[in-house]
Amino acid sequence: MQEQEIEVLQLIEKNANMEPGKIAKLMNITEEKVRELLRGLEEKKAILGYSTLIDWAKVIDKEEVTAMVDVKVQPARGTGFDKVAERIYRFPEVKAVYLMSGAYDLSVSVEGKTMMEIGRFISEKLSALDSVLSTTTHFVLKRYKHDGIILDDDEDDNDRRMVVSP
Amino acid sequence: MKKTSFVSKQADSLQPSGIRRFFDLAAQMEDVISLGVGEPDFVTPWSFIEHSFHALEQGYTSYTENAGMLDLREEISNYLLGSFGVNYDAEKEVVVTVGASQAIDLALRATVNPGEEVLVVEPGFVAYVPTVSLAGGTPVTIQTRPEDDFKLTPAQIEEAVTPNTKAIILCNPNNPTGAALSREELEGIAEVVEKHDLLVLSDEIYAELTYEDVHTSFPAIGRMKERTVLISGFSKAFAMTGWRLGYATGPQEIIETMVKIHQYTMMCAPTIAQHAALEAMKNGKPSVDHMMKSYKQRRNFIVSSLNEMGLDCPNPGGAFYAFPSIRETGLSSADFAEELLQEEQVAVVPGDVFGESGEGFVRCSYATSLKQLDEAMRRMKRFVEKRI
Repeated sequence: MQEQEIEVLQLIEKNANMEPGKIAKLMNITEEKVRELLRGLEEKKAILGYSTLIDWAKVIDKEEVTAMVDVKVQPARGTGFDKVAERIYRFPEVKAVYLMSGAYDLSVSVEGKTMMEIGRFISEKLSALDSVLSTTTHFVLKRYKHDGIILDDDEDDNDRRMVVSP
Repeated sequence: MKKTSFVSKQADSLQPSGIRRFFDLAAQMEDVISLGVGEPDFVTPWSFIEHSFHALEQGYTSYTENAGMLDLREEISNYLLGSFGVNYDAEKEVVVTVGASQAIDLALRATVNPGEEVLVVEPGFVAYVPTVSLAGGTPVTIQTRPEDDFKLTPAQIEEAVTPNTKAIILCNPNNPTGAALSREELEGIAEVVEKHDLLVLSDEIYAELTYEDVHTSFPAIGRMKERTVLISGFSKAFAMTGWRLGYATGPQEIIETMVKIHQYTMMCAPTIAQHAALEAMKNGKPSVDHMMKSYKQRRNFIVSSLNEMGLDCPNPGGAFYAFPSIRETGLSSADFAEELLQEEQVAVVPGDVFGESGEGFVRCSYATSLKQLDEAMRRMKRFVEKRI
């Protein structure tokens, strides 16, 4: 059972769009069983959503800017970093927050339409939080690989094999 | 002016491979989805490639020992012991070759005397028969049957053996049928082999790509090690076809003879490929497991798709080929493949190029992206529906 759950998840991890019928064929189980597995995984929140990986740069009038912000914070007594992190991740501009080891505490990924917009968010919202001691902002210039997927990589175009071989 | 052909009679008498003819046909067409490819769709895992860059930067551009780098032979020896429980002395019982193909050639040339017969199991890899002939032997084919799931039976060996029989070539799991023999089935074969004192060339290039049972290596059975040359390599499971790297392991006397021929005809396998293989042996397992899992899923997909469209296709136990029957369509293998290519631009390989018992079947490689496989099945279904 757990093995099947893992296999389903591995299949849809790279392609959330894969139909249950196809998953069933690949795993050699019934389609009903696939739906049952998916339902179960949704219920226990192993599957949190089905998002789409988009290369916004391909869509001319919808260009996104991403910044990775290193944030040093003052942890609070009792709740540590969690409360501070929550204050930050509640903002819709924030796409990801990680607690880090090393020179700073939180790594915050922020998305916006322009650098100005992100700059405004950081100076007016993020830095203005009481527990935030300092921020260092790095803008993303180009995405090569995201969530395990290489952008601009079409496996079928890269097939260098001959048409027929023994 | 020259009066005669300079080509030797023996070379002239070799039949051109049926695959070649079909390749020429398919190569002229556009938008072909090919299920005709006998190699992985994966590119060699990056860590193997990266390791070979490093070796080049370090200046490893010279020859290696004739038998291959000792570290690589040691890794191969460890790998075979760990994976299949067969134990070979890296110094005396392992030779690294230019693909498993060269290992087959060397093994035959090292062992076969003129006029001796070598049993070749068909449908089988297209190179066995000509390679036996080139080594001076007489190929004698055994036709496995669809009702046995194309598995060789001990009785079939009994029927084919004569006083001149020297050896038998086994390919397990099999190209093109995907048939994988279980330990019990191999034990039955081993009994007959021992009774007739045959040498076994066991081509296990697809060993890692076995989906139901754990692969049993032929030399791991009983006393078979002393009469078996195990042939394998990096092409299939490690996705390294173009590197041309294989190996053979076996009794010292045979391997030493193979190395002797190898040293005069090849010197050594490509050094850079040997370095990539070293990384493959040491750290390749996660990559191989990942690829094998993906092949298994695609096997399930293609087998159920083929059966759904009305082409009877048993579940192949290994390799990356499905071998469905196309008899329902009333076409010969060659006509089926040719018409499918012309009408739907899908390339499959007619089964008869792998031996006469392959007639009525086609080989579909599922080492193709799922997207392509899906589209190929759609097109094939349309093609088949018109005919049955």
